[in-house]
Order: sequence, then C-alpha cells, then structure tokens
Amino acid sequence: MLTVEENQVKPFVGGVWKDEINVRNFVLNNISSYDGDSTFLCGPSEKTKVLFDICMDAVKEELANNGVRSIDPNTISRITSHAAGYISQEHEVIVGLQTEELLRRAMKPYGGHRIVEKACAEHGVKMNPQVKEMFDKYVKSHNDGVFDAYTAEIRKFRSLGFLTGLPDNYARGRIIGDYRRLALYGIDRLIEQKVADLDGLTGPMTDARIRLREEVSEQIKALKEIKILGEIYGLELGRPANNAQEAVQWVYMAYLAAVKEQDGAAMSLGNVSSFLDIYIERDLQAGVIDEAEAQELIDQLVLKLRMVRHLRMEAYNDIFAGDPTWVTEAIGGGTMNGGHKVTKNSFRFLQTLYNLGPSPEPNMTVLWSPSLPQGFKEFCAKVSVDTSSIQYENDDLMRAVRGSDDYGIACCVSHQEIGKQIQFFGARTNLAKTLLLALNGGKCEITGVQVIDGVPALKSNELNFDEVMANFKIAMTEVARVYVESMNIIHYMHDKYYYERAQMALVDTDPKVNVAYGIAGLSIVADSLSAIKNAKVTAIRNEDGLVVDYKIEGEFPCYGNDDDNVDQLAVDITAQFNKHLAAYPTYKNSEPTMSILTITSNVTYGHKTGATPDGRAKGVAFAPGANPMHGRDTHGAIASLNSVAKLNYEDALDGISNTMSMVPKTLGNDESTRVRNLTAVLDGYFSRGGHHLNVNVLNKELLVDAMEHPENYPQLTIRVSGYAVNFVKLSRDQQMEVLSRSFFDKI
Amino acid sequence: MNNSLKSATLEAHHGVKEEVLNIHSIETFGTYDGPGIRYVLFLQGCPFECLYCANPDTMNFGEGKDYDINQIVKEATNMKAYYANGGGVTVSGGEPCCQAKQLIKLFKRLKEEGIHTALDTNGHVLNHYVKELLETTDLVLLDVKHIDAAIHEKVTGRGNEKTLAFAQYLKEINKPFWLRYVLVPSLTDDPKYLHDLGEYFRGFDNLLKLEIQPYHKLGEHKWEHLGKEYALKDTSENTPEQISLAKSIFEQYFKEVVVN
Repeated sequence: MLTVEENQVKPFVGGVWKDEINVRNFVLNNISSYDGDSTFLCGPSEKTKVLFDICMDAVKEELANNGVRSIDPNTISRITSHAAGYISQEHEVIVGLQTEELLRRAMKPYGGHRIVEKACAEHGVKMNPQVKEMFDKYVKSHNDGVFDAYTAEIRKFRSLGFLTGLPDNYARGRIIGDYRRLALYGIDRLIEQKVADLDGLTGPMTDARIRLREEVSEQIKALKEIKILGEIYGLELGRPANNAQEAVQWVYMAYLAAVKEQDGAAMSLGNVSSFLDIYIERDLQAGVIDEAEAQELIDQLVLKLRMVRHLRMEAYNDIFAGDPTWVTEAIGGGTMNGGHKVTKNSFRFLQTLYNLGPSPEPNMTVLWSPSLPQGFKEFCAKVSVDTSSIQYENDDLMRAVRGSDDYGIACCVSHQEIGKQIQFFGARTNLAKTLLLALNGGKCEITGVQVIDGVPALKSNELNFDEVMANFKIAMTEVARVYVESMNIIHYMHDKYYYERAQMALVDTDPKVNVAYGIAGLSIVADSLSAIKNAKVTAIRNEDGLVVDYKIEGEFPCYGNDDDNVDQLAVDITAQFNKHLAAYPTYKNSEPTMSILTITSNVTYGHKTGATPDGRAKGVAFAPGANPMHGRDTHGAIASLNSVAKLNYEDALDGISNTMSMVPKTLGNDESTRVRNLTAVLDGYFSRGGHHLNVNVLNKELLVDAMEHPENYPQLTIRVSGYAVNFVKLSRDQQMEVLSRSFFDKI
Repeated sequence: MNNSLKSATLEAHHGVKEEVLNIHSIETFGTYDGPGIRYVLFLQGCPFECLYCANPDTMNFGEGKDYDINQIVKEATNMKAYYANGGGVTVSGGEPCCQAKQLIKLFKRLKEEGIHTALDTNGHVLNHYVKELLETTDLVLLDVKHIDAAIHEKVTGRGNEKTLAFAQYLKEINKPFWLRYVLVPSLTDDPKYLHDLGEYFRGFDNLLKLEIQPYHKLGEHKWEHLGKEYALKDTSENTPEQISLAKSIFEQYFKEVVVN
C-alpha cells in the first residue's frame, strides 16, 4: 500500500484533531461540501456485480431455509474468534465477514445463552455441549443477572404486557462506536489515549471509579484484539488509513469487530459517509482513483453491511420483525457554523440503492434541513419514490435542541453524539394498557390481576374526563416507577456481563449516557381521551366487574386531522409521562429520554391490550410509533403530518417516529412532480417541527401480490416504525397491519 | 364508531350559516387540483348530474357537514410550510359557486394570509357573489364538460350556455384559468368536438393550461351505494391511444396540455 507521501496526495488540514481524539474537528476542517446534483454518479463495477450475485443467491438460500443459511454452533463469537472469511476474495475491495462463511451466524451467548440454544434448536442445530455446559455451570450471562435482581413487581409488569421487549434476554445495542477513529488514528494511537485515560482514573475508589477502570481496561484489550483481527485479513490497523480504500476498510473493520462481539438489537454505523468523503475526495483530486472506483468502495462497504447477521430466536420477530440489524447511517445534515455536510459521498451511499437494489440495511437516514442543497434534496426524494428505503430526520431541530452537529442515529430515530455519548436502550411501555388500569382500579383489563395500588374504582360507568385523567395520572406514576427500576437493573447487569468493550473503546472514556424509554399506543390514548371528553362513553363490564368494552354515543375528533381539540391531548400526555419517567434515579446517572416509537411491536402490543374507549376492539393492532390510528386521519396526509408535528421533541428526546405511506400517483403525475411534491412535504413537515418521517411510496396491490408470491419480491423494502424491512420477512399479522395503515391514495 | 369530520369548535357557530360551509370532505394533500400541494375543500351540492361523476355523494345539497370557516382558515394556514411549489387552497365539489357568498369570506381571509386560492367550477353559476368571489380567486379551474350544448345536456342534465358565458366573463376580467376536460370514451372523445372546443378557446389569452382528465370507474360503487343507476356500466377506461389522440388534438390549440 502506498503511503501518503508516495501517493503525492495533499496532506489534511490540521487542527486540534491532531493533538486529541476529535474526529468532528477533522471533518469540519477537511470536508468538501457538495452543492451539485446526482449526474456525477456511477453504476456498479464488474467486481461489485459478481459479489452482488453471490450475495443475492445466498440471501435466497437463507429465505428458503427458514431465514437462516447456516449456524456455527461451536465457537463463541469474539473479535478474533473466526478465521478470515470472503465472498469471493479476488472481487472484494473491502474485506471481512463475521465468520468464515457468508451469512453463517455465530453464537454470542453472553446476553442469554438459553436464547442462543433455542435459536440453534429452532433451526435444527445443536449448540456445542461444551458451550452449553460452560454457561450452565460456570459463566453467568446478562439474562441470568437481570432475573436474579428483578422484583416480583417487575416480573408481573413484564408478563402481563405493560413492559414489553425489554433487553433483558438479548443485547441492548444502541451504542455507536466512533468507527471513524480507527481510520483517522489507527489502533496504536487509540490504545495510547486509553492507557493515559486509565492512568488518570485514580482514587477515591468508589463503585463508579472501580467500574470505569475495569471498563477502560477491557476497552484496551478489545483494541489490541482489533489489531489482531486486522492481521487475520492482512491489514495494518495499528496505523492510520493512508488512502480512500484503507479508510473505508479501516472503518468497516472497526464496525466488524463490534458485530462479532455483540448482537445488540440495533448497532448503528454512525455518520461515516461525510468522513469517508474526505479521503475519497483527496484521492480523486490526486488522480489516484476515479469516480467509478469511489462508488465501488461504497457499494462494497454497503454490500458487506447488508450481510451482517445475528442469531435470533423466532419470538424476537414479534418485537423486531424481519431480522433487522439497524446498521443506521446518518447522511447529510448541517454544521453549527452554518455550513452543511452533504458531500458527493452522501449521494454515493444513496446510489447503492440503485446499484445494489432497494434494501432495509444499512438503515439510510437523511438528516434533513430545508436549507440543504436542492440537488441533494431532490435526489433523496427521487430515491424515496423509487425505493421506499430512506428515512428522514429533522437536523435543524436536533442540532438546536441537542447542541451537536456530529451525531448518528442510534437504532431507529435517536440522536447520539458520536464518540461522546451513548444510550441505554429501554424498549417501551404500553400506554394504552396503562390507561385501562385507570378504568379498572389498577387491575389488568384482561387477567383481572391487581397490577398497581391506589387507583380508585370509577364512580360511574359513564366515563368522566376529569375522573379518568386523575386515575390515569396515578397509573402513569406507578408504571413509570416500575419501568425505571427495570431499566436500572437491566443496564447494571448488561455492563457487568455483556459490556460492549469493542464499541466503547471507540468512545470517549466516561461518556454522557441517555437512558431511552419508550411508549406505545399514544394515538389510542389520545383518541380515547377525546372520546371521553367529547362524546358519551359508557363502560361495559364483564361478570367479574372488569371493563371489557365501551358504548360510545356521539362524535369526537380523532388525532391525525390537525384538530387541536384532540392533538393537544396527545401533546399533554407525552409531556406528562416523560415527566413521570424523569422523576426517579437512574443507573450511572443517565439522563432520561423518551421515544414514541414501536418498531413492529405495535402489532403485539395490540394483541395484549383489551378494548379501548376510542372504539378499538380488543386485540387490534396499535398504529405504529406516533402515527394516528389507521384510517382515522381522514383529512389526508398533510393534516396527519401536522398533527404529529405538534408533539414536542423536548418531551420525547429519544425520537418521535412517523411513517407515511402513499401510492405513487398521489404524489403527482410524473416523476419530476412527485420529486418536487415529496421535497415540499419534507420541507414542510420539518419546518413545522416534525422529528422523524419514514416515507413509503408504493401501491397496496404490490404488497398484496408480495404476500401471495414472496419469491418474486426478495428486495421489496418497506419502511416501518423507524427502520425498513424486507416486506416478505414480516409475519402475516404484521403484513396485514401494514396493509391496514392509512395509505394516502387520493388522486 | 364514527370517525367524525366534525370539529368541536363547530358547536359555537352552528346556525350562523355565513360562517360555515357545507362540505363533503377535506383533502390536505391535493396534488391534482391546481399547482403544488393543496388543501382541497370538497363542497356539498351540485346542479349537474354528470353521468360519470366519481363523487355522486356530493350532488345533493345540504347533506354535508357544516364546517367552520375559521377552522378552515386555521388548517389552511397550518399548511403554509407545504405550499412551496405554488400550492394553496382549492375549493371544489360539488359545485363551490353555489356557496359563493360564504366563500367570499373564506377567500378574503386566505388572501390576508397570503395563501393562493383556486376555484374548481363547472361555471354554471355566475351571480354577483361569484363575481365578487373571483376578485379574491387567483386561479380558476373551469370544467367544461362538453362544447356541444345538446351533448352537454345529455352528460350533465344541463346546457353549457352558462358555462361558456362564465368563460367569456373570465376573459373579460382577464382571470387566469385552466380548462379541465373529462375524456370519456365514446361520450366526450369525438375528435370533431375536441376540435370545436379547441377552436372556441384558442383565442383566450388567460387560458394557461388544458388538463385532460381520463375517465376512471372508481366512483361506480358509490352510485350503487346510493341506490342510483350508473349509466356508464359498459364504458371502459380510456386506452392510451385515445388519450394521446385527444392530447395531440388539443396541442394544436393550446400551449400546455397535460394528462391528469
């Protein structure tokens, strides 16, 4: 490999990044923002096409084999556990697989070994008895630790469906390593820094200080192992990357180490595209590579990211459907000094959706601002219209409120400053079911089990708004308390038994921590309260006195029609529950944040929830995320967007997910009109303070056909709440829920 | 359960008919009724009974919901951020000119907010209210159902004299308008009459665009639902050839012809 000097490329602009670990400073000092259009882009190279065909065949085999191509049941996956793996070595300009073989899944039993054993068994594979014995007898997992500490109350909340999807038997994920650091600094320099940090961590030896010293020591070990991982592939990761190819390769190796060690629910890539552009642009200027080669690097990186797999048991599909990995990459956005981070590489990342076809992964997230260059905005809109594979987030809002312009998106929608901050993921609580506690004297509406104390019985079957609100407040206080307690236990144990040393090695020592709570069922709660307030709602009880249904007389406005009479209820409830969550102490003094995001669990939450006062029948799926309930946003797409945009980001700093589906014709008659209109929708939604938007542009008929003939749609991608999935990988229930959503189809 | 259109603010104004419009529905993401993204208000009631009407449930007067003008202004104002590409408010129907008196108030308020206004009309009503309404109308979408009076009556139940007089008035006040023409196979697509339409309107400098609206059968089930007979049961949707023929004829007369 040529060195910088031999390449005759110009040296990078210096800055504080030379003296300290500070990738942001490097990016701001060296970025070449791009204001042009997409005409410079290239198609896939011959090498990429060869690899793509091999990968597509492997993916088809995987689909045909119940979703798993093969499993390694013998080796516990660690950074250096597996020998080098290739797709077709001579065609790979970027190398590295999680195991020796494409799509072969590895065991990561530290989260919970019984889960891994079950996942193996579900695919007819037997976990190596030695591994099983090791975990049965000698090694404790995160899952073991959590259940040792869980209270009876938390178990009750969990089993009755008030708290669901908690990361207590799988890895929490959501931590984003600053994978760029490996390329910019090389391992040796990073170790040097961490050793210095460790030396500075002296007494008094409190619990926190001892824990941090142990964590940093683990990080240093991980860095040393990443260097060995490089050697396995013949890469000199000890030093910084010297050129574009190395920069892409180094970043990928850092990410690969993370997904070899961990199977976190969501393991985002961060914000690497604008960083990598700096190396690519330098090589392009020096004539070392051409545009086709630049695209080849990104295509091959993206193809590798698409091949990341974790071993999951089938039940996991209920909460996170479609085998997602959430390799979320944040693209574009602005800088604090008024510039923007759209580069040619922002376009190249999106171009992979043409060169390699639509795909859920990596989870392409455009950090949108109406002030971004028009050429980029229109290219994004075009890619959305063509592939439904992009999600958008409000960069102006996040930059202003979170005070950072160097951030990635953790998992689906959550802001995370890269390398400076991490997040403790907390799944979500069922707010609709919490409302039903308020109507049933604190009893579960389905089982009759007393869940919380202190909620008075209703004075009358005709629901009174003030009385219901008073009871609901008591229920929210109690649910929030138990939720926070469960999170504290989970993250204490995750740090203890399944610490993310490879990722944390690429994050500042002692970073800021957010704890990320979530709620499901907001639109149900808002509409229910609206019904109680504006119509006459009478509770219908079963023989045990539990409220199981409602008689609704009169009309009431529904959330999703830009009507303050109901939208304000959604705003208020969000603010209230967020305050309840913030009232309790947290593990590692993490800062509480809350999301309105369901992933695909809106279906399973619905199954576990009785009839609600808005007229929703027992078992019916919730709307996803912060979306209005299916079919109730009768005034069309913009009124629906305007309702959701009223929710205050400050009350839900972990993110407010909104998913919009429309048929292509609705957007306009021809491509240029569709692109223009979608651009206007995005500008409009975000300038009104909306936080996140998934955009699907497809026909319902296409989805129906894909349900009947999945084999014809291996790449059909659809955005759900905060991520994208292959539609054919969803369960039938989940597919039906997607079809029942409001498709804006007026023409 | 009734997912009501109704707004609670309505209660306070009920009975004060000047402050409400009788509406069929609202579509906040209109992309076919005027430029850009539009807040489209479909008003209830129409003097025509077009054989191909896709929304026959808008025909009868008084059967819609009374909707407060203040609420409409508020919703339309909330959409300003989406009007970047020339968007705004379109009133359609039904026949909006039948509620022109109330629309005057609405359009005045919208113009105060700097919002683009469009009136989608069949041109059958031109009284002093409509003339006043046109003062605050930025763009008219004039639906001419047929150029031949007899066939027009067959299609709509009424003659086209008033519609053509409406067009003449637009010319007189030099009000910009788009001509909209529903192309129904064997009912309204005879090339002779397409040429006649072209000849009639070719000298209108205020005519900016002609929109061909291909025939579709999406409204058929609504006729059945209303217990009315759908006269065009046996009519098929246009073939691409029929559409391009009509387009090529109109292009001989108008500078911009688009197919919706």
